[in-house]
Amino acid sequence: MGRLDGKVAFITGAARGQGRSHALRLAQEGADIIAIDIVDQMDTVPYGMAKPEDLAETVRQIEALDRRIIATKADVRDFEAVKAALDDGVAQLGKLDIVSANAGIFSFGAMEELTDAEWDELQDVNLKGVWHTAKAAIPHLRANGGGSMILTSSSAGVKAVQNIGHYVAAKHGVIGLMRSLALELAPDMIRVNTVNPTSVDTDMIQNSATYELFAPDLPEEERTKDVLGERFKTLNALPIPWVEAVDISNAVLFLASDEARYITGVVFPVDAGQLIK
Amino acid sequence: MGRVEGKVAFITGAARGQGRSHALRLAQEGADIIAIDICEAVPENSYPQATEEDLAETVRQVEALDRRIIATKADVRDFAQLKKAMDAGVAELGRLDIVCANAGIGGTPNRAEDIPEDEWTNMVDINLSGVWRTAKAAIPHLKAGGRGGSIILTSSDAGLFAYQNIAHYVSAKHGVVGLMRTLALELAPDMIRVNSIHPTTVDTPMVQNEGTYKLFRPDLEHPTKDDFAAAAVGMNALPIPWVEAVDISNAVLFFASDESRYVTGVPLPVDAGAAIK
Repeated sequence: MGRLDGKVAFITGAARGQGRSHALRLAQEGADIIAIDIVDQMDTVPYGMAKPEDLAETVRQIEALDRRIIATKADVRDFEAVKAALDDGVAQLGKLDIVSANAGIFSFGAMEELTDAEWDELQDVNLKGVWHTAKAAIPHLRANGGGSMILTSSSAGVKAVQNIGHYVAAKHGVIGLMRSLALELAPDMIRVNTVNPTSVDTDMIQNSATYELFAPDLPEEERTKDVLGERFKTLNALPIPWVEAVDISNAVLFLASDEARYITGVVFPVDAGQLIK
Repeated sequence: MGRVEGKVAFITGAARGQGRSHALRLAQEGADIIAIDICEAVPENSYPQATEEDLAETVRQVEALDRRIIATKADVRDFAQLKKAMDAGVAELGRLDIVCANAGIGGTPNRAEDIPEDEWTNMVDINLSGVWRTAKAAIPHLKAGGRGGSIILTSSDAGLFAYQNIAHYVSAKHGVVGLMRTLALELAPDMIRVNSIHPTTVDTPMVQNEGTYKLFRPDLEHPTKDDFAAAAVGMNALPIPWVEAVDISNAVLFFASDESRYVTGVPLPVDAGAAIK
């Protein structure tokens, strides 16, 4: 008996990284999945984004668990595309119980150096895209008689880190959005919470651009994963450099399940103690 | 395979209510239990305390799950009693992994200026200092195990914001958050995680008594459970008057399990959205 038997989950940014991990973890516990991802490169993102074959791999792995998945290429900045993909998924899978608004991008620069393009693209994906995701899902959750939305914020949603001011602002905004949604949707027994990860061992941080942000003093050939791990470790209270995607997925699973049936409006750090350090 | 299979949990205030529920939920998932409870009346508390029969019933229910339990009558105000019970339990069961500092009293409602000196002292001695003593007795065992561990402190929504007429309770429960954050920082190098849980009203004897009913319905001479429910629902965002003890236990289980292996320093409301209302 899985902890999510019979439920259907909508996950954005599901082609790889945390999104794929959430899809797999929820499917392991019995959920069917509606997945979207842009599977394309964006102009201001300084690392390689997911490709169509990544989303196909998520599909393969879910089907290997004997669960159903409806995966569509869609951009969270485009409300009509999100809505069309979700409506189609719900039509095929019959209902919607869980929403994981996970899609997000990362770029960096000092506040006075960020360009309008960098600022706007990041807000459009990391904040507006979350609102689009919720907006598309609400009618289906209401029709379902309740549900659970989990918005991916960040420890940067609570506490600033230098040189990513646009990311900090967007992830703080996600908490305000979560609290507003939680209040507005509580009468319908729709719960809304955020997960707030510290650094997660995914392609979004394990790339040469992010390494440069953390180790600008080192020549590129010395920026190894081990060396960077020591730098990342200084952010956390627990003596670890980063958490794994599955650690975020386990928090998503808890919040998605009926074990959290009365938890709403909560900022849920999975951050190795970063926020108390 | 249970989610805390092979682990040992120490639980204070385990004779009934949330403490018994935690013992049962953790035992269902494979843990053995070391339980203590004062099992007698605390002066000036406005409702009847647990008895030795209640603690015996917890033992019976845990054993019915085929788990082991060492239960002792002990008072969290007395470090020597607490330490003796914990040491004996660890000697018998062989290890310690999980600590639930759950023991607490509701006290008697009064305006801040009218709280008697001894009631203030007693409240803080049980609901704050008792939590510190519980952690203090547990830390050597958790460190000695070398496997890390998880300490879960029961605070309250009254640990996040104030309610009128229970200044001593609100102060002690806020103090638990400060204690949690300090313990989390100090113990992080040993991979010992410390988090707090913040319930809204829970359907237990501490709440379901005439003293609480009168606190919430001063307008009625003999308020009933239904009268209280009508007032309690107004505190929550979700349209429910209170949560069940098992809802708190499910959050305890998440923190106790390896699914939250990198979660520390977190105050987790299980409060039907009361904190955001």
